Amino acid sequence: MPRRTDIRSILLIGSGPIVIGQACEFDYSGTQACKALKEEGYRVILINSNPATIMTDPDFADRTYIEPITLDVVEKVIECERPDALLPTMGGQTALNTAIGLAKRGVLDKYGVRLIGASIEAIHKAEDRDAFRKAMWKIGLRVPDSGVATSLTEAERELERIRFPAIVRPSFTMGGTGGNIAYNIEEFRTQVEWGLSMSPVRQVLIEQSVIGWKEFELEVMRDLKDNVVIICPIENLDPMGVHTGDSITVAPALTLTDKEYQMMRDAAVRIIREIGVDTGGANIQFGLNPVNGEMVVIEMNPRVSRSSALASKATGFPIAKIAAKLAVGYTLDEITNDITGVTKASFEPTIDYVVVKIPRFAFQKFPGADPTLTTQMKSVGEAMAIGRTFKESLQKAIRSMEIDQFGFSSKMGLDLAVPPGLNREDAMEQVRKAVRTPLPDRLWRLADGMRLGMANQELFALTKIDPWFLQQIREIIEFESRLVGERATLGATGLSPELLIEAKELGFADERLAQLLGVEQHTVRGWRVALSQGPRSRGVTYKRVDTCAAEFEAHTPYLYSTYERECEARPTDRKKVVILGGGPNRIGQGIEFDYCCVHAAMALREEQIETIMVNCNPETVSTDYDTSDRLYFEPLTEEDVLNIVEREQPMGVVLQFGGQTPLKLALALSRAGVTILGTSPDAIDRAEDRARFRELLDKLGLRQAESGMARSVEEALTIAAGITYPVMVRPSYVLGGRSMQIVYDEAGLLTYMNTAVKASEKHPVLIDKYLRDAIEIDADAISDGAAVVVAGIMEHIEEAGVHSGDSACSLPPYTLDATTIEEIRRQMTALALELGVVGLMNAQFAVKDQTIYVLEVNPRGSRTVPFVSKAIGVPLAKLAMKVMVGKSLQQLNFTTAPTPTHLSVKEAVFPFTKFAGVDVLLGPEMKSTGEVMGIDSDFGWAFVKSQAGAGAILPTSGTAFISVKSEDRSGACDVARRLVALGFRITATSGTALYLNEQGMAVDVVNKVQEGRPHIVDHIKNGEVALVVNTVRTASAQTDSLSIRREALHKGVPYYTTMRGALAAVMGIEALLKKGLAIRALQEYHRVK
Amino acid sequence: MKKAMLALADGAWFEGRALGAEGETGGEVVFNTAMTGYQEVLTDPSYRGQIVTMTCPHIGNYGVTPEDSESNRIWAEGFVVKESSRLASNWRSKATLQEYLLAANIVAIEGVDTRALTRHLREKGAQSGVISHIDLDPGRLAEKARKAPSIIGRDLAATVTCERPYTWTAGTGDWAPKLTLPDPAVTQAPKKSWRVVAYDFGVKQNILRRLVDVGCEVTVVPASTSAKDVLALNPQGLFLSNGPGDPEGVPYAMEALRGLIGRLPIFGICLGHQLLGLTLGLPTYKLKFGHHGANHPVIDLRTRKVEITSQNHNFAVRFPIGQPEQRQEMPIVETPFGPVQLTHTSLNDGSVEGMRCLDHPVFSVQYHPEASPGPHDSAYLFAQFVALMETHHA
Repeated sequence: MPRRTDIRSILLIGSGPIVIGQACEFDYSGTQACKALKEEGYRVILINSNPATIMTDPDFADRTYIEPITLDVVEKVIECERPDALLPTMGGQTALNTAIGLAKRGVLDKYGVRLIGASIEAIHKAEDRDAFRKAMWKIGLRVPDSGVATSLTEAERELERIRFPAIVRPSFTMGGTGGNIAYNIEEFRTQVEWGLSMSPVRQVLIEQSVIGWKEFELEVMRDLKDNVVIICPIENLDPMGVHTGDSITVAPALTLTDKEYQMMRDAAVRIIREIGVDTGGANIQFGLNPVNGEMVVIEMNPRVSRSSALASKATGFPIAKIAAKLAVGYTLDEITNDITGVTKASFEPTIDYVVVKIPRFAFQKFPGADPTLTTQMKSVGEAMAIGRTFKESLQKAIRSMEIDQFGFSSKMGLDLAVPPGLNREDAMEQVRKAVRTPLPDRLWRLADGMRLGMANQELFALTKIDPWFLQQIREIIEFESRLVGERATLGATGLSPELLIEAKELGFADERLAQLLGVEQHTVRGWRVALSQGPRSRGVTYKRVDTCAAEFEAHTPYLYSTYERECEARPTDRKKVVILGGGPNRIGQGIEFDYCCVHAAMALREEQIETIMVNCNPETVSTDYDTSDRLYFEPLTEEDVLNIVEREQPMGVVLQFGGQTPLKLALALSRAGVTILGTSPDAIDRAEDRARFRELLDKLGLRQAESGMARSVEEALTIAAGITYPVMVRPSYVLGGRSMQIVYDEAGLLTYMNTAVKASEKHPVLIDKYLRDAIEIDADAISDGAAVVVAGIMEHIEEAGVHSGDSACSLPPYTLDATTIEEIRRQMTALALELGVVGLMNAQFAVKDQTIYVLEVNPRGSRTVPFVSKAIGVPLAKLAMKVMVGKSLQQLNFTTAPTPTHLSVKEAVFPFTKFAGVDVLLGPEMKSTGEVMGIDSDFGWAFVKSQAGAGAILPTSGTAFISVKSEDRSGACDVARRLVALGFRITATSGTALYLNEQGMAVDVVNKVQEGRPHIVDHIKNGEVALVVNTVRTASAQTDSLSIRREALHKGVPYYTTMRGALAAVMGIEALLKKGLAIRALQEYHRVK
Repeated sequence: MKKAMLALADGAWFEGRALGAEGETGGEVVFNTAMTGYQEVLTDPSYRGQIVTMTCPHIGNYGVTPEDSESNRIWAEGFVVKESSRLASNWRSKATLQEYLLAANIVAIEGVDTRALTRHLREKGAQSGVISHIDLDPGRLAEKARKAPSIIGRDLAATVTCERPYTWTAGTGDWAPKLTLPDPAVTQAPKKSWRVVAYDFGVKQNILRRLVDVGCEVTVVPASTSAKDVLALNPQGLFLSNGPGDPEGVPYAMEALRGLIGRLPIFGICLGHQLLGLTLGLPTYKLKFGHHGANHPVIDLRTRKVEITSQNHNFAVRFPIGQPEQRQEMPIVETPFGPVQLTHTSLNDGSVEGMRCLDHPVFSVQYHPEASPGPHDSAYLFAQFVALMETHHA
């Protein structure tokens, strides 16, 4: 069937900011969809509030709206653009829910917009728990016993039948948000209320627990002719009860007999037909009772999902791209399989390797968060690895996570042997306790159990992890003890070739072998190199991912390493560059860096240089096989990267774009003689080493906040007294703001020094003067070594002290004067030239009382690069890449940055709703997972949009609650006065109220929580508060007011925990009341090209 | 760990570790790309004369169980895998793969770069090979491989067929009820039963189960049964089974078929399809490396719908009208038995996957609608066979 000609323009909805449960995978799917639809000649209209996405690059759609994805805004887009069709299946749950909302509002009918990909009925049938159950019964499939409830009373009625443990699942949420397992009535009630509040339709499902059953997912595709194919069966190593996003997952399914798999396949085919997903992909989850093979259907996502991204990367079958083509009328047999170039997309990929995905968590960032893995997703990122066997793949996946683990390092000091003095029974009891509950470190605990002699059977009984997987881990552990046995007899030539090659086949990292053998990593590398040069050489080989297990020739060099006989890398002798990606998403390093890597690849392609991408994050656009010329899906460790560089012999390696991950490798790579493109590793060191950085600033005559380095508690106290409190403290050896704190007095410093860190000669603690109420500035520049262009200067909305990744910011600055801006520009230029930056540089400054302090300089692509690029309409990362391969800024025609006439505001998005009880206060430690952008002609509206994009709809009337620390009172007065002028009522706690009264304002006093009821939390619960402004200082005040902030979060009441944030909100509300919503496509903002 | 080696006739060799029974074995080396169903593969009589390598790297994970056998023994001459599981994990499992191979005295090899082997076979074509645990000299082994008899022209069906006729009564539901989906759309229990004679050229038991499922009373007869003997059983339909090797090696079957076409509805699968083709006068030829897997797309030229099929064949029927791929119309050729229409082709390489006689109630497919292992997309063909009998005997 040829493509549809009755539609000409298609609206695509993105998934918005990166949050837990919705990450880069929707940039990957959206980008593929945009490309596929444009290729077919459709006019593509895109809305997405996330500027760090490739899909929102102005070239990927005809009209790109970086606007909040709210019904009002999308309706406006439809009104302006009049698309013929809406494709709602590419932007996760956000897009799906928006489509339903639009349909309900009658917007789709009003403007004659047709839904393609999935109908409202299909979405409803799949997403509505009750409708789904009934549909499954109708086609003869079982679902866990369950009941739908819209209130606690109803839920309790359902519980009578279902009993404990019961799963509470809210309808229409993604990533299992609000889902929980209840073991008692108390937990049950809390969870039901929480679930009801999380569900946009206030509906929860109370479900029979099938905890411990095996869990599988099938990625299914269907076309208009009703052809159905399964792209990939995925097996969860963690059984039912752990959200699949938090599970270790494996492709293909490894423990299913053909009879079991075909039963599941039949079910999947029936389900997609019954639900009525007309075209495109769906993900269906199944539970399988390991005792008797009984199967239940868990759920279905009628759209592309995180799992489809994984399945795409795992098989080489581009699900999103094909889904987009199916949506416009093609059938599977009409689409060519890109990889083979001769066969069709109408087939089922078969794979001859094993893929393992491991989630990455960030619990250390959220003290107080419960790390137990449940039905609600909690991980912030994932790494995928490919190996020929599960053992190899699992060990590669472990080192891909970048959590300083290179294998199954013992948690109990058992790596070399079980110490003779150890009480084995106690130790085993510890293991039992640790593995009974699913926690992020369960893998390593299992290994320890095995070292202690626990049998597969017992570990299976405790964890319900299939014995097959346990056996694989055991084989790794057994091999470790063989290796340790060799320690004593290691000669000059090292490990015997047989054992070394066997270790590598099992996926052991050089680093792990070094640990086990008591040698250095480079020694192991040396043995390997020797082995790979012998007459019967054995070394690393690369195999291709080809969708067909080698049955047809692969034309796409999508490669993974393994230790086999034959190597299929076949490097070219073209001029080429290796780009190192960012690895798994984590807080502090996310999609922004992938955006930069993709741009680097596009730039090199334009320069006719072959691009070689190395990355291990399956969610990303960078790991799409057509982003670069060659893709190595590999861990970003020294060992793995050096292997690739040795094989490919590139002209250089690019480290600037992947965040900290590649930067950490700078030293090792340059030591190995690898050419690092762009800014030299020495310049990077000059910016990172404190002493050298100080010298640099002194040389340039730039100022830095007073600081010192403490190696002991006493030294810390002396330094802090010298530079006066408050001070900012942090350990010198961690990055990304980990364990960074502001302390206000000696007592605070003592607590910090005694509990948070251990200062020592080797690990000193850094103490900086905290510049209270300073304005923080972020700036990005690009330099070719001779000229510097300061591309963007951003004024943070929150004051200095809040991590730059967590702070909202405005480009151009909204309060700074021209002189200060000019001075920052001058300092940026001086810094870039002195460091000899070739490529990008980011710096942060603090401005206090007209004085500018340099906070830090990062000679690399920063988190703000995509935001600045979109704000000024210049692809900075692309230009930087070209500069790094020898182009001058002059040649690139980029000698001054455009001054935008509009305002762009970036706002951070936080995962607080996923972690019950965690405080939402901002500080020096970064906690946000993503960002959104608001663009408008004035600051107020840009801010309003940024808030809406992040989920906070600013009120235009009602009651504002204000409770601030004493230093913030005068600021609060300004906020209150302006709110009153806008018609708001003000309510405040006694202290703040007293002050405001003194200033002549009429303010209602409300009880603090500990002052008796009704208190402020009651008012928030009752929906009587429209805006919360709450700043605190001391730790005790934080705990007192925690419930206020949590309740505001819970109820979706906009809250501000800094005065500058509150003030910006007021400016936003003023703008809201002044004029109506206006939208504009990116292509219009930057029409001049 | 004992070493082992696989050497091919063209001199290529692959090192590995001994698996299964100690010894040496030879056969044509082919690769199968199915990710599940190794036991069904091993016990499929069509693999007689062949050494099978599985492209899926982990084999043996869920062990073996008598219920999943496609015949009463292992027929593959040898087995090549990347990694054989030491542990069998499944509620139905009765033994590990290693135990199973040992009990059946099958020589196998693991630790082989099966992807390299597959690529080699894809490039150079399927060919003879020898697995040895005893002789690890690649040159000598390759020499042995070259001396091994080719499967071209050989009558392998005779070596796997049953000795005497028997009746088959078991359906799929009878042996693993938990693993069958009840389908509310299908009315229970067929109304009428049909007497069907099934030629056993190496029949897979799931074919017989599927026939029973749709209401057939099946009498299985040896490959050499004459037309007269078949007709003496007074069947209402005839089934031609799958089987190993070259259809040209089974001339007596063609002889019998000549006396049966036109007499009663006929349904053929795989070798049965090829034998039908030869009988109708269509040539067969050997594919470079065959089709062996569970993901082969086949397009029905009448509906343009695609089914994902299970396949296992080395030879194919040629329609003498060029490559029919992407052809909208269904080519028809004239044969001594009247016009024959091409109904199915492979979406991968355009080869013939199904045909039917326009003047007689005869149809056949190259692929395996009984699956086992593989997807069930084509199971409807058994019902179609019944429908044909209904029409014919109406």
